[in-house]
Amino acid sequence: MGEELLKIRELDVRAEENQILHGVSLTIGRGETHVLMGPNGAGKSTLGNVLMGNPQYRVTGGSIEFAGRDLLSQNVDERAKAGLFLSFQNPVEVPGVSLSNFIRSALEMRSGERIRMWEFRKKIHESLEVLNMDSSYADRDLNVGFSGGEKKKAEILQLLMLKPVFAILDETDSGLDVDAVRTVSRGVEEYQKDKKGTLLIITHSTRILEALHVDAVHVLVEGRIVENGDAGLISEINENGFERFLTQKAAEEG
Amino acid sequence: MAEKTYVEDIDRSMYDFRFEEKDAWRIDAGLSPEIVEQISEEKNDPDWMRDFRLKSLEIYNSIPMKDWGPSIEGLDMEHIATYVRPNAKMADNWDAVPDDIKETFERLGIPEAERKSLAGVGAQYDSELVYHNVQDFAVKQGVVYTDIESALHGEYGEMIRDHFMKLVPPSDHKFAALHGAVWSGGSFVYVPDGVKLDIPLQSYFRLNAKGAGQFEHTLIILGKGSSLHFIEGCSAPKYNVANLHAGCVELFVGANASLRYSTIENWSKNMYNLNTKRALVEEGGRIEWVSGSFGSHVSYLYPMSVLHGRGARSEFTGVTFAGAGQNLDTGCKVVHAAPDTSSYVNTRSISKGGGISTFRSAVVVQEKAKNSRSSVSCESLMLDSESRSDTIPAMDIRTRQADIGHEAKIGRISDDAVFYLMSRGLPEDEARALIVSGFADNVGKELPLEYAVEMNNLIRLEMKGTVG
Ligand SMILES: Nc1ncnc2c1ncn2[C@@H]1O[C@H](COP(=O)(O)OP(=O)(O)O)[C@@H](O)[C@H]1O
Ligand SMILES: [Mg+2]
Repeated sequence: MGEELLKIRELDVRAEENQILHGVSLTIGRGETHVLMGPNGAGKSTLGNVLMGNPQYRVTGGSIEFAGRDLLSQNVDERAKAGLFLSFQNPVEVPGVSLSNFIRSALEMRSGERIRMWEFRKKIHESLEVLNMDSSYADRDLNVGFSGGEKKKAEILQLLMLKPVFAILDETDSGLDVDAVRTVSRGVEEYQKDKKGTLLIITHSTRILEALHVDAVHVLVEGRIVENGDAGLISEINENGFERFLTQKAAEEG
Repeated sequence: MAEKTYVEDIDRSMYDFRFEEKDAWRIDAGLSPEIVEQISEEKNDPDWMRDFRLKSLEIYNSIPMKDWGPSIEGLDMEHIATYVRPNAKMADNWDAVPDDIKETFERLGIPEAERKSLAGVGAQYDSELVYHNVQDFAVKQGVVYTDIESALHGEYGEMIRDHFMKLVPPSDHKFAALHGAVWSGGSFVYVPDGVKLDIPLQSYFRLNAKGAGQFEHTLIILGKGSSLHFIEGCSAPKYNVANLHAGCVELFVGANASLRYSTIENWSKNMYNLNTKRALVEEGGRIEWVSGSFGSHVSYLYPMSVLHGRGARSEFTGVTFAGAGQNLDTGCKVVHAAPDTSSYVNTRSISKGGGISTFRSAVVVQEKAKNSRSSVSCESLMLDSESRSDTIPAMDIRTRQADIGHEAKIGRISDDAVFYLMSRGLPEDEARALIVSGFADNVGKELPLEYAVEMNNLIRLEMKGTVG
């Protein structure tokens, strides 16, 4: 592993009265791509949200370091400025705010500098093209009336425009048809290769991973990491599901 | 595409600066026939106008103070100067305007807007217009845009007499009567039949004097098939004594004519804004109100459209933002008085920091207004639990052959949306301001770009300090 970019140690997380994550540890090196798999309700989205700083979740134990700094003491926007990005499983609709104005404000907030309109327009059109999105999307209200697939593409559009250091993709491929997955995958590939991005990809399928190099795979079950492995683990899970891990865990408990 | 959400850093001094008062003449505070006569003399009224003022004062004294809506107890007419003449003559060239007054309007961006995108500008400082200018191309088409006082003595004197306070008679309510007695300043606009002006005219009202009232009168008459966009802006520096604004706007929209009347109101938070606006729309004509209310301590503002001719239409798009210490009672009224008329109302009200925002709509469909349609939709957004937002719809429908819809929604900013925007690098206050600007976009997208930017600036100003 190269330089450690993200280091999660023994993380305990609660939401309302329930403990969702139990002692999760995970380390990701700069430039690596990790895949996080696990059955529904395992806590995958929770992990993504906690990394980004969603106030709905309380960290009750453990630590997270990002780029050598304590992440948990930073606000959501500070984390974004430090280079963290979350592609949401369910992106929020924001009426009256256009996708392009939002991305532009975000870029300006991050850099503290005003961005020239024509430069911005050029970039966003390049990214829209990579994602096979009609340029009219840029002027539409953020996620309002977007189909599931369009929302996911709009997330990847933001990924390409904001160029974060580290991106968490939370089921960006779920609910997309084959062509859309391919398109989104192309966007992710561009981020991985051209932008030398670091990725944590939460997914149930291999399709989005086909063109991507994967460094490590982690399996999360009931809030615990139960297995770490290489890309080979993905096909095994695709064939056999999570049965083996569930049994393993049941055995541990018993 | 309009780039609306980007706003530069601004500071409140843009509106709050004030210059030393150097008014040439300020009338004694209070109200009496002597004071009204003095104003009339000062303004060189024709006789009919002097009589009109005195009659209005009688009406004012005979009408009881209203007993509904936000309290106006803090407003003591005995302490309000109804007329303050600035130390300036009206000019048609900014260089001829005294430096401090010119600087005021420069800081507000008026001369620049005029150069860029307006067909004419009027600028009022306290009780009088200090600047008025119309571009040649508009003059050549016969468009008249002038102060009312000089129009009263010119070739349009009769036209004004036929229309002045005919739509809003002094007997309408107490502050209409007050307006009739002490009105001063404002504009007269006449667009001849068939003339369509593509770029807007603008009036800006600045009340600089402390403890004073502004009572400008705006009278717009559109000939058949003509069209106009008129923009009105207003602001004042803050004082710790009450100021009063009781303006009156009367709009006569001829057959098949189309008028858009846009307002960004940002009076200071010591202002009592008791303004009356009304439009009469003839057959096939159209009035579009676009209204952003941000300032004042207390506001009563309900622009009214009387759809007088068959097929007349009214659209009202408004946003009201009530922050700490503000009680803004706004809304609109529509009277369907002819068949096939339609009205569309779309408003957003926002309240924060204990502010109160009340939206009243009144739709009247008269029996003869068969096949009329009306749709009213109001949404409110409360930014914290101490603020209030109410919607009070009233409907009086006298025919079964009408299609009427009403919809009201109340909401709060969702934590998920704030988190989503922050996750892209927006600080919390910016994220909230962006959501609120988006909420107010029904108005933002109807305004010319510079005004939309100004509106978003105002929203950002109001949103600062929400966090924590
Ligand atoms: N905000 C929340 N409040 C309460 N419970 C939550 C919240 N978010 C998630 N949970 C619960 O935590 C568990 C893990 O959810 P989630 O992280 O969404 O799983 P996954 O993404 O792996 O499907 C689920 O049982 C879910 O109901
Ligand atoms: Mg999930």
